[in-house]
Amino acid sequence: MKDIGIVSYGSYIPRYRIKAGVIASVWGKDGATISRGLGINEKSVPSIDQDTATISVEAARSALKRCTIDPQDIGAIYIGSESHPYAVKPTGTIVGEAIGATPDLMVADYEFACKAGTAGVQSCTALVKADMIKYGLAVGADTSQAAPGDALEFSASAGGAALIIGRDNVVATINHTCSFTTDTPDFWRRAERKYPSHGGRFTGTPAYFKHTISCATNLMQKVDTKPEDYDYAIFHQPNGKFPVSVAKKLGFTYDQIKQGLIVPYIGNTYSGASLVGLASVLDVAKPGERVFLTSYGSGAGSDGFDITITDKITELARDNAPTVAQMVEDKEYVDYGTYAKLTDLLYWE
Amino acid sequence: MRDVAVIGVGLTKFGELWDKSFRRLIAEAGSKAILDASISGKDIDAMYIGSMSSGRFVGQEHVGALVADAAGFSHLHIPATRVEGACASGGLAIREGYLSIASGMNDIVVVGGVEKMNDVGGNFATETLVTAADQEWEAFFGVTFPGLYAMIAKRHMYEYGTTKEQLAQVAVKNHANGALNPYAQYQREITLEQVLNATMIAHPLGLLDCSPVTDGAASVVLCAAEKAKEFTNKPVKIIASGQGSDTLALHSRRDICTLDATIHAAKMAYKQANLTPSDIDLAEVHDCFTIAEICAIEDLGFVEKGQGGKAVENKITTLDGSLPVNTSGGLKSKGHPVGATGVAQIVEIAQQLRGEAEKRQVKDARIGLTHNVGGSGATCTVHILEAM
Repeated sequence: MKDIGIVSYGSYIPRYRIKAGVIASVWGKDGATISRGLGINEKSVPSIDQDTATISVEAARSALKRCTIDPQDIGAIYIGSESHPYAVKPTGTIVGEAIGATPDLMVADYEFACKAGTAGVQSCTALVKADMIKYGLAVGADTSQAAPGDALEFSASAGGAALIIGRDNVVATINHTCSFTTDTPDFWRRAERKYPSHGGRFTGTPAYFKHTISCATNLMQKVDTKPEDYDYAIFHQPNGKFPVSVAKKLGFTYDQIKQGLIVPYIGNTYSGASLVGLASVLDVAKPGERVFLTSYGSGAGSDGFDITITDKITELARDNAPTVAQMVEDKEYVDYGTYAKLTDLLYWE
Repeated sequence: MRDVAVIGVGLTKFGELWDKSFRRLIAEAGSKAILDASISGKDIDAMYIGSMSSGRFVGQEHVGALVADAAGFSHLHIPATRVEGACASGGLAIREGYLSIASGMNDIVVVGGVEKMNDVGGNFATETLVTAADQEWEAFFGVTFPGLYAMIAKRHMYEYGTTKEQLAQVAVKNHANGALNPYAQYQREITLEQVLNATMIAHPLGLLDCSPVTDGAASVVLCAAEKAKEFTNKPVKIIASGQGSDTLALHSRRDICTLDATIHAAKMAYKQANLTPSDIDLAEVHDCFTIAEICAIEDLGFVEKGQGGKAVENKITTLDGSLPVNTSGGLKSKGHPVGATGVAQIVEIAQQLRGEAEKRQVKDARIGLTHNVGGSGATCTVHILEAM
């Protein structure tokens, strides 16, 4: 699979932020303790007219701005999210139409909790490998939900990233990908329920850690690498603690993960989380550098990717779209009342 | 009354055991105890199982027969009985097994205790545990166990000048012991500052003043003492078994800082053993909250009423103190699978008296005591064990 990989990338993070301390004060909790415990200082908040479709479009447009691909050459679009605006009616068609990729196009919306975006990357990679498409667009994006007062409210945020996968002008080859999947119900949202449920501490050891570590270990065995062979590592980041802990358990250093660790500044963008981390790495990566990525989706599974940056990265017009770091800094704080309005906490029927 | 001995012990690891079911936990602990005692199924006259709330925690009642079945003994039709007394269920199961042998009815009895608490969420676990309080007069009004023990702690501070630092030192000591116990849920030391700065649960009790939610099981094989040497060369005799009860509701007590059920059970046990508190070499006491250990060492007569906090501060109860308390790590560090706790306490004392407690071995330990409490003190069992 040496010749297949990422041709371009883009990401999008809404401008609004709310500080963990502001949420904590509403619920009578200590913000400093919460921030320390979760490793999250603030999170992004979608504006009232932003949803998974608009975030996906923004990310896809950024990816297209950085390269010279004709959108009509995109043969497949997969949008991974757990907050698709419609229960029935695809997000992918909206994105396809907005970027001018229709109608000769395969489209599907994916859902696998926080790893649906990387599942889309795998599908696009396979279709390119099978010569069924020239380019595929995979997006992971969410305006994630959290019940008011739930621990998730401190992390559930909005954002996303898009990757264009192809054979030509590959800036980062996907050397290998594999997954580790079991039926582990650690986090779920039943049909027609507004907010997700979760298994508390069950979401840790038997869920996130088991799947992430197993997938990462399997991948390194398959490609015969060790943690020190990588310049960057990105892990799914539901909070600021889990990815740091899993990196340490696997033998990666903090220096390897810090470029892709975005959750402390924007919260958990769910399907976007690991791909926003990858976008942050691609913002600065140099030819020859090697990148390790392991996503995690509750329910549960992990997708692992062994990636090598090519010389073509220098030809990619990375400056044509904002970097993750720029979007992290471009922010405006809102209070809890505004946050409640923007995220539809004040809904009535 | 015949003398009774412990001839085998078994314990599972305590902790968040996501991949071990309720029946697997108790089968594992029971198998270890049976192997340790070198007996087989046909030797067993009866089984007693302590479990507080398997119905709410894992949706399973009818635990006596289940345990015999899970152990592979269904074809032997062994009398198997579940015993319940909230967090004292394990201690009560020990006492039932003890009485059935002492009476002459049985020769060999397997006693187990088990709880699998992590299959439900934290709120449901808290609601389940508070069923050990008075539902009509306490739980209905919203109190939880941290709240009840916080009231005991506040009153103890007011009456006797006990400090939050002294409470914290109980947790620090028990974690230091638990760090030496390979079966403990938390095998790590903690500092006084960590305890004092932990998230507040119910003032003055912070998170690290509270025992955790735990999965685990423990088991012992009891035998008529006269036959014990047929099975082991290191039997440990149960020389006394005491039990007491009190009002279910904390507010109905004569003095909320004193657990009269403990005083009654201890008095019964000391009398039977013809011993005084000063004869005890080490004790496993019910430290569901740090204040509970301070009350326990007072009510068991190890120190005067009101002096428990100072005793902890003066390091009398550390592993190398004059009276080591909770060498296993106690409920705080070893973990508190509620129905298993009373049995696990017997396991720890038996191992200490057999000289098998490894890094946490108390030198020259000869007489040990266990103290198991249900609720806020409505049920208590006290057992005294002696090396044979």
